[in-house]
Amino acid sequence: MGLDIRWPIGLMFTLIGALLTAFGAVKKSDSMALDININLVWGVILLVFGVLMLLGAISGKKNPPSA
Amino acid sequence: MQAIQLQWIDYTILVAYVAFVIGIGWTLARYMKTSSDFLTSARSIPTWVTGLAFISANLGALELVGMAASGAKYGISTAHFYWVGAIPAMIFLAVFMMPFYYGSKARSVPEYLKMRFDERVRALNSVAFAVMTIFASGISMNALAKLLHSLLGWDYNVALWVSSGVVLLYVLKGGLTSAIYTEVLQFFMIVLGFAPVVYLGLKDVGGWHAMNTSLQTVATNPAALYLKDPGTTFAPNAWTSAWQPLVAGPAHNPMGVDIFAMVFGLGFVLSFGYWCTNFLVVQRAMAAKNMTAARNTPLVAAVPKMFFPFLVIVPGMIAAALCTIPDKGYRIPPPPLSEAIYTKAINAVKAANPADAPAAVKSVGDALGKKIDGDKIASLVAANAASKLSDDQIKLGIYNSIAENDYDGVILSLVKKYCPPGLLGLALTALLASFMSGMAGNVTAFNTVFTYDLYQAYFAPGKTDRHYFLTGKVITVVGILLSIGAAYFASMYNNCMDIIQLVFGFVNAPLFATFLLGMFWARTTGTAAFIGLFGGIGSSALFHALTIAQGNTPGIKGGYLHVVQVFPSEMAQNFWLAAFAFIACFTLTLVISLATSRTKSDTDLKGLVYSLTPKIVDHNIPIYQKPAVVGIVLLIVCIILNFIFW
Repeated sequence: MGLDIRWPIGLMFTLIGALLTAFGAVKKSDSMALDININLVWGVILLVFGVLMLLGAISGKKNPPSA
Repeated sequence: MQAIQLQWIDYTILVAYVAFVIGIGWTLARYMKTSSDFLTSARSIPTWVTGLAFISANLGALELVGMAASGAKYGISTAHFYWVGAIPAMIFLAVFMMPFYYGSKARSVPEYLKMRFDERVRALNSVAFAVMTIFASGISMNALAKLLHSLLGWDYNVALWVSSGVVLLYVLKGGLTSAIYTEVLQFFMIVLGFAPVVYLGLKDVGGWHAMNTSLQTVATNPAALYLKDPGTTFAPNAWTSAWQPLVAGPAHNPMGVDIFAMVFGLGFVLSFGYWCTNFLVVQRAMAAKNMTAARNTPLVAAVPKMFFPFLVIVPGMIAAALCTIPDKGYRIPPPPLSEAIYTKAINAVKAANPADAPAAVKSVGDALGKKIDGDKIASLVAANAASKLSDDQIKLGIYNSIAENDYDGVILSLVKKYCPPGLLGLALTALLASFMSGMAGNVTAFNTVFTYDLYQAYFAPGKTDRHYFLTGKVITVVGILLSIGAAYFASMYNNCMDIIQLVFGFVNAPLFATFLLGMFWARTTGTAAFIGLFGGIGSSALFHALTIAQGNTPGIKGGYLHVVQVFPSEMAQNFWLAAFAFIACFTLTLVISLATSRTKSDTDLKGLVYSLTPKIVDHNIPIYQKPAVVGIVLLIVCIILNFIFW
């Protein structure tokens, strides 16, 4: 119905992912858990997920899925 | 527990999420033209979206919190709610029942009951359902607002009204479509928000195998964690095997459940009753764009659902395992107590005479008003007498000596333990998302049933579609206001809520028998279904009045007429109650059907009953989209999971 949900999901996670990554990179000491910079690591994962969703939305726009 | 201070990054994540869900509602608003667009999504949504919404609507905050709680209390056996309960039921819904729900063109489950039986059955089901959704959403809202209050120090009222307001905004704008779309967003938010907590927890406890080894210690002496009474002991695999402790009998598993109650009571009656007949979840599949998509919705949902135990139950197991490793300094949180009570207890420790341990323990226990671990308090008093401890040290000692657990606090205690700022915002947003998806699910199911099955059917039939469209919107607002009312009611009258939930249990337990007979036996009559349902409800109430779980006193927990049977645990009592109600309803409906004459001919029942409906031929769809094939594959995977955790 009019809106491909992958757009908002992709945009939101790209945004939050970028934010977490940046926070993890700048404020290293505030981002550690069990010796992992978890904000950086998880931020990158969210960023990748968000971008993949956006790519899906873009390709879906070109050839709308049938099912 | 001290309130957590959120930083700007946490608030930014929270605000971004809220902005996106409201944005989705706003974008969809312009597509909302008819009552059908608003209340049923005009059957237009792709499968993967309805599939993820299907589980998300069920994944309320109470489930997240409750499953982690049970993971700590019972271990991997909690996964039976998924691997014996949900998955087979979801597959059954997809393969056998969806063709009737979707094919009949009914707009709701009660409407299907009207087509299949008569108005009486519809009225009974829709009224019970409408009341239940309001209370369910109220109970969950109350829980969330309380949590935000104790965890973040937010005002209860603000938390309640603001989060309900957000749900109202997007549901009112975009109707069911908006609820379903945001549920997909919420699904990813919940998974991606909690996964890092599970990862960090597992890493901290030393990995999967180390966790299992620690849980063996828990199983052999659960009293050390205040999980069971002192002296209770289980086989080492009681927390880590799903089936062996169950087969060994109720005395050998922490749930205190026997295998019949588990497989028939939970696996068949309760799970099939919930997943196959509850309009809250079924509505998501009914919004799909065609029959294949509708049938595949529960199957798409079953894939992540099958692996959810690793996200929602494992945190509880991690928590229990952590408690056995002293240098982690972790315990399952005790019931939250105010600072004033802690201060009183700290003073009691300071004033206590170490030479008189029993008196010392009693005075501290009285100050706390909770069960305490006498040995720990005695050594705390002695340590304080030997070298003056600081107030914080004494407080920690007291905290660790409270011999009661607040299992619902498990998941948040882990979030608090592992998440630095940033990740903390993400996990809290995930919790909020789970709450909102649960509430939106209840509200969208409520407005559809109320508008079509109560308002249109009994109060204002034959009006224009515009009229019902506006009614749907008004009812959405009313539904949310009623939920808020129910939340306040729940916060004030905890006992009343227990009674209400008990009554819902009675109403729900026999329901699946009616559907099973109705869908698969053309001879079932409306009168039989109606009386059968009442009989089933009555027999659950009677069963409850005559049985009790060990350790409970007769009253709201059962046995108030006379105790005929004592069950080893409340869970066993519930499962047996469901089994009993199902059998009663099934037998009554069967016998009365044979004794009454049919009011609906075979032609009337075409599309509503299995034997009278042409079988769906799946020739034109690829094999991986055929519900029967996908269903079998999923069932096999589910069986394999059961074997792995045998």
